[in-house]
Amino acid sequence: MNNKSLAEENYLPNNLANKKEFSLKSFFLQWEWLLILILFLVFIINSILSPYFLDANSLLGATSTFLDKAFIVFPMALIMIMRDIDISVGSTVALSGVVMATVYNSFGFPMEIAILVCLAVGALCGLINGLLIVKFKELSAVIVTLGTMILFRGIAYIILEDQASGNFPDWFNYFGWGTAGNIPFILIAFIIVAIVFTLLLHKTTFGRNVYAIGSNPTASRFSGVSVDKIRVIVFVLAGVMAAVTAIFLASRMGSTRPNVASGYELEVITMAALGGISTVGGKGRMLGTILAVFIIGFLQYGLGLINIPSQTLLIIIGALLILAVATPKLKLPKFLLRK
Amino acid sequence: MSEYVLELKGITKEFPGVKALDNVHFKLKKGEIHALMGENGAGKSTFIKIITGVHSPNKGEMYLYGEKVEFNNPKDAQVKGIAAIYQHVTNFPDLTVTENIFMGHEKVSPITRRLLWKEMHYEARSLLRQLGSTIDPKVEMGSLSVAQQQIVEIAKAISTKAKIIIMDEPTAALTARESEELYKIAEKLRDDGVSIIFISHRFEDMYRLATQVTVLRDAKYMGSWGVDEISNEQLIVQMVGREISQVFPNKHNEIKESILEIKNLGKIGYFADISFNVRKGEIVGLTGLVGAGRTEVCQAICGIAPADKGEIFIKGKKVKIKKPKDAMNFGIGYLPEDRQLQGLILSWDIGRNITLPSMKKYSQKGWLNPKREATVAKELAEKVSVKANSIFDLVSSLSGGNQQKVSVAKLLTADVEVIILDEPTKGVDVGAKSAIYEIINDLAAQGYGVLLVSSEMPEILGLSDRIIVMKEGRIATTLSKEEATQERILEAAMGSEPTNNREVVVEV
Repeated sequence: MNNKSLAEENYLPNNLANKKEFSLKSFFLQWEWLLILILFLVFIINSILSPYFLDANSLLGATSTFLDKAFIVFPMALIMIMRDIDISVGSTVALSGVVMATVYNSFGFPMEIAILVCLAVGALCGLINGLLIVKFKELSAVIVTLGTMILFRGIAYIILEDQASGNFPDWFNYFGWGTAGNIPFILIAFIIVAIVFTLLLHKTTFGRNVYAIGSNPTASRFSGVSVDKIRVIVFVLAGVMAAVTAIFLASRMGSTRPNVASGYELEVITMAALGGISTVGGKGRMLGTILAVFIIGFLQYGLGLINIPSQTLLIIIGALLILAVATPKLKLPKFLLRK
Repeated sequence: MSEYVLELKGITKEFPGVKALDNVHFKLKKGEIHALMGENGAGKSTFIKIITGVHSPNKGEMYLYGEKVEFNNPKDAQVKGIAAIYQHVTNFPDLTVTENIFMGHEKVSPITRRLLWKEMHYEARSLLRQLGSTIDPKVEMGSLSVAQQQIVEIAKAISTKAKIIIMDEPTAALTARESEELYKIAEKLRDDGVSIIFISHRFEDMYRLATQVTVLRDAKYMGSWGVDEISNEQLIVQMVGREISQVFPNKHNEIKESILEIKNLGKIGYFADISFNVRKGEIVGLTGLVGAGRTEVCQAICGIAPADKGEIFIKGKKVKIKKPKDAMNFGIGYLPEDRQLQGLILSWDIGRNITLPSMKKYSQKGWLNPKREATVAKELAEKVSVKANSIFDLVSSLSGGNQQKVSVAKLLTADVEVIILDEPTKGVDVGAKSAIYEIINDLAAQGYGVLLVSSEMPEILGLSDRIIVMKEGRIATTLSKEEATQERILEAAMGSEPTNNREVVVEV
């Protein structure tokens, strides 16, 4: 940043504007516009390649195939804004789902209880991550959650070995596929969670503190922000959302196994990074993240329609991720930067 | 060959906005121990960095054995036989003593380029033995005491065949006994023909070792004397005898009842037996040399690094402060020394920075109220006269002085009654300095209790109602405004006579 010269500063009146001026250029120079553009491109290319793509009903239905993991994107965005990372979320999905199935099938509890247990297990996994990270400051979040990633998955295998557990009640299975009118339940749930997290990040003191921690943890602590408490809460949220994913996943598949959701952590981190969440903390918005969820989701769905193997998708997602993290570092053309 | 091994003529070094050295001269003889003295910020460190090739001067010449030299980087200086041992030992704590000694000039087999560990260990041991030390060269550096690490650093200097060794406050972290060992080593090196530049704030070091002393003040060369030619008083005058150039505003504060009281505060390895109080409307200056424990005391009061002993009372009530939030809840605000790292979020705008500590106050049940925040931020920013276009200007775009004003505004949003300012004018230009002084006086006039930590003598003298001088983790003396002079403060801070109980504090 270039500092103003002393002389220049002295000419300024001691009267500070407290209303933001609207600037058309900075309005359009936002990452979200680029994402909207990409989303449009995905739609256009898909509908050229496949005549079945642009059908309102099938598009709505498509959301239930990719939205399950999208619940984790929101807490992951908070975690990444705080300069942390959580790569154990996929394993948390597996463990909480497996425990839910076991509580229902082996212990004979009602499904409602099993769902609550599932959420509790998710929260506990998040709590373990959070506490380890704030208590052992010398350990980075990536190492701690790498450990718990293996640990949680391992416990899931011990509980269920290499088997599937299903036989859920009909209403539970309907939950994952069912619709209200034409709108899938999962989409409704996603919208609600999206609104809650958007408000949490952008409209509450909690969200402001999350940004503060990510921007300068030391100054935040010195300013009386409860840094450790907030970090733990956010990791617990990640665990709970992983459990929500586990519920929808089990419902859609009709059963669960210890090896589900492997690789979810990377897809989720990709979505958040593509959505403009800074990988060094402090920056990013929920709107971009939501757009990124749909970009990757519809890309996946459209490529599936024209029978493109999923390996190709990996290539595209990888390229998108690199684009997302590299673009902000590129030098913008001069005419865009001029004030 | 010249009489001097090292001679510097008319060295001037400018950094953007500051003249760090202004026409400085220096002459060093073979086998001489030469003390370099001056206040904090007088330019000693920059001077050393010129000699060791870290900085190159804007003007001036340097002669080594009568031959003109120019160093472009530290390696050049090292090759010419100049080594420096810094105040904060710069070693590799996870490597062994041998690895530290031979870092950068390892012994390798000429054919296979294999590292010759046996030879290196052997030589390391004999070097250390020469210095009268029995440190095992195979242990990790980090497991040694500071004094032992310094001996290793000296061994390293000898192993590079250094003929000029610079010691930058080597005794600052040592006990009296350890210092004595260091003196002996320094004398032994001198007898071997090595020239030593010795920087220290302790007069006892200078009298014990040096034969010549050069004084810097405010980046300028004051002169060079034989140690027995100059008296203690004359030396202090040379070091501080400048006019107070800044204008200090008139004070109109009224001192009322005590609000913050500290009793026997202690933290092992940092400070001990700290007791003082701050009254409403009073500015208490806390000064001492760098490393005397001032910042540590403040951070203990503010819960950043809590003390392990002692009590803190707010308005006569005993309180426990474990984290910064506690301190704020009890009405203590802290302005950290490093505003860029600890004080502000540079990537945020002015308004958000100001309201960060007290967002709770301007929100409703956790929901932000941007309008109210903006109003408050504007009001406070104008109160401390931040110069900017709007409260949405990024803090990173402001000058140092304006950034500091934002930090002060930040303190005022919270309901604080005691304000602790740690080096509030560090890195701030002269104009902004007097604006900050005015703010400090205003705060006192409004009834805040102010604890002002500063190394700048004129600032302490110009603002404080009472001055506490710390030395080596303890309170050396407390002076009233009327009693205090630069000379008295410096004498207390440096202490020409050694204190008896120093070892208790410093030994960890």
